[in-house]
Amino acid sequence: MALYSEKVMDHFTNPRNVGIIENADGVGEVGNAVCGDIMKIYLKIKDGVIEDVKFKTFGCGSAIASSSMATELIKGKPLSQALELTNKAVAEALDGLPAHKMHCSVLAEEAIRAAIKDYYDKNGIEYDKAQFPEPKDGHEHPVEEV
Amino acid sequence: MKNRVIYVDNAATTAMSDTAIKALMPYLKEVYGNPSSLHTVGQLSNEALDGARETIAGCINCDKKEIYFTSGGSEADNQAILSVAYFGAVKGKKHIITTAFEHHAVLHTLNKLEKEGFEVTYLDVHSNGIVTAEDVRRAIRQDTALVTVMFANNEVGTIQPIAEIGEICRAAGVVFHTDAVQAAGHVPIDVKSQNIDMLSLSAHKFHGPKGVGALYCRKGVPLKTLIEGGAQERGRRAGTENVGGIVSMAAALKEACANMRANSEKMEKLRDKLIDGLLKISHSRLNGDRERRLPGNVNICFEGTEGESLLLHLDSKGICASSGSACTTASLEPSHVLLSLGLPHEIAHGSLRISLSEYNTEEEIDYIIKTVPEVVETVREISSFWDDLQTGKIKHFI
Repeated sequence: MALYSEKVMDHFTNPRNVGIIENADGVGEVGNAVCGDIMKIYLKIKDGVIEDVKFKTFGCGSAIASSSMATELIKGKPLSQALELTNKAVAEALDGLPAHKMHCSVLAEEAIRAAIKDYYDKNGIEYDKAQFPEPKDGHEHPVEEV
Repeated sequence: MKNRVIYVDNAATTAMSDTAIKALMPYLKEVYGNPSSLHTVGQLSNEALDGARETIAGCINCDKKEIYFTSGGSEADNQAILSVAYFGAVKGKKHIITTAFEHHAVLHTLNKLEKEGFEVTYLDVHSNGIVTAEDVRRAIRQDTALVTVMFANNEVGTIQPIAEIGEICRAAGVVFHTDAVQAAGHVPIDVKSQNIDMLSLSAHKFHGPKGVGALYCRKGVPLKTLIEGGAQERGRRAGTENVGGIVSMAAALKEACANMRANSEKMEKLRDKLIDGLLKISHSRLNGDRERRLPGNVNICFEGTEGESLLLHLDSKGICASSGSACTTASLEPSHVLLSLGLPHEIAHGSLRISLSEYNTEEEIDYIIKTVPEVVETVREISSFWDDLQTGKIKHFI
């Protein structure tokens, strides 16, 4: 069996929404180069709705596929809905990820959250701090019996 | 060339040679006897086993009684190291010297011994991936039981000064083991002139079958039994022998040694062309000494890329390679080998290992030289880390 589902490979090979948005309304970056994955998400927001979203990711196949899928899932959605996106939903939309790659979907969730928080902070919009826990950079890798 | 598979992961495993397959076949059907059986059918197998032992001994210049068949390189490494450690401990010698970039079959065995109270010195392999004999000499103590240094590294392909290290160990009365899994059949081995006491090899790295290997143990160096049972391998390794696999391994090694010079010349030419071609990519770096490396090994880092992404793209273009990226290992850490050369984590993640065999062609190398730059560019284009390097937010390391 292949490591990744067809959907992961599709989003890895033909990633959606790659790029940057100049003068983005919100930018979120999580992860770090030492661990081998960085995800950066740019948001264009109008009337509380995500009009456009772009990403750049340094990372493995599942990190890129998770970024691509996550941006697809929030594009055109109100912020309230984007904030409800969970890493599980990203992974499910990709027809699953291998257990040791689940942290990539966590990174995607956290990058979106970080971008929305950046938008709120920049515009002085009040928000419930509990909704924005400190990103863990998705690096709580499950310990696996190999 | 799109639907063709270009296999350049020969350090992981090789395709079996026609010679090895032909040697194996009779043992699957006609010659099925147990070598321990007294009857004619069994004795046919026993003779085949004896012949294989003699062939392998001839390839590394030892006596056939010094060859012990195992399930592969890992078992041979385990048995060699544990034997010397436990026999050394009886004499109060509980110190072992090794290098920082050994295969895990060696490192994890040593970790186990450390937990049991042994002390291990991990020698630096310097930025070129080569330990010096002088480093070894300085590390030897009164209580040193064993020096274990790999013949050639599996990731960066660097060849270690085995004969010099062997000479130092012999003079100091310390047992010298070398994991020659990557070297056997590829570079000349002579356990006598190179002063090697113990050596591990594995058939599937030189076009033999998987699941079979051998340990050379010089006469007079005591071996412990890891697998208890029958009296096979002179009581040092129980279990009915993998006769076909062993005969096939011997045939493969004999062929590899007979053709070593021609194969090396061919592979070195391809290797050097590949290295020159790939180093034209900006911000790339060859890992490991350029000269003292295996004929088929190329290991290059491309800054701003991540190895698994490189491999997936290459695979989709028919190229089978490997990487020392963390994402290919199911752990957080990139390859300990690349880190031991002093590379930072973020560079080690972007490594690509291409390991050739004599089956590769110049046409394939040209295709790789054409394809890798495209893939590196694709991966960099999407990489936020590459953006930061390009804009100067982060400084280039390479």
